[in-house]
Amino acid sequence: MSVKILIPTPLRSYAGKEDCVKVDARTVGEALDLLTGRFAELRKHLYADDGRLRNFVNVYVNDEDIRSLQKEKTPLQEGDTISIIPSIAGGSSTGSQPVRLG
Amino acid sequence: MKVDTVLRLNEELVHRIRAHAAECYPHECCGALFGREGDSGREIFDMLPLENRHGDSPRNRFAISPEDFRRAEKVARECGLDLVGWYHSHPDHPALPSEFDRAHAWPWYSYLIVSVEQRQPGQVTSWRLADDRVRFTPERIEIAGRTLVAHVSPPPDSSGRG
Repeated sequence: MSVKILIPTPLRSYAGKEDCVKVDARTVGEALDLLTGRFAELRKHLYADDGRLRNFVNVYVNDEDIRSLQKEKTPLQEGDTISIIPSIAGGSSTGSQPVRLG
Repeated sequence: MKVDTVLRLNEELVHRIRAHAAECYPHECCGALFGREGDSGREIFDMLPLENRHGDSPRNRFAISPEDFRRAEKVARECGLDLVGWYHSHPDHPALPSEFDRAHAWPWYSYLIVSVEQRQPGQVTSWRLADDRVRFTPERIEIAGRTLVAHVSPPPDSSGRG
């Protein structure tokens, strides 16, 4: 299935400055594998060391969060749009180590 | 400490961000920053206040929902601008990024922080996460000709507050 993957602005510099990448894939996981195969630098921003999608990465197929579908096994239809949505959070939380300023 | 990026915005935007921070006190406020990247730095032209969706601890954390993220991107596109960063407040804490800020940050975005002491907005700083994700770099803020550089001494305690 030919699908589009929309790349959010902070990750475009790791994806050849593309805002949209087309791949042929049957599932979301396969599409993301193809994407990170083509742009290896993207991998560390999308996946944790254990190979799972980082908690701070939301992936939508059209308007649906894949967590409410079949996660990375979510099947794709021709023309679907996959959106990578960075989770935006922070705050002056207590109980953690001081941040490194560089 | 290396300061190699510039964030420009006008007094009115700074006023609106500080007013939002005061209004939300003692909770953290948050919102999106819209602008453009130029040869001589990044300029902010507009902002969108958003709801802090952190249900458990809004006094010292903030979260922006994926739906609000998508809405912010749409607004930016409609304005012909890019979503170039985010702002949030640190109630009763300095405008320095915490470890929690770092752990949740993304490269490229500008992260603007405003401190609020007893509902009075104070210092405004801006930061970018390094590509290796392990540190923040302060960003020079230029407000209508005035230049602010983050005071980059470590936080007064070691709790990671910032």
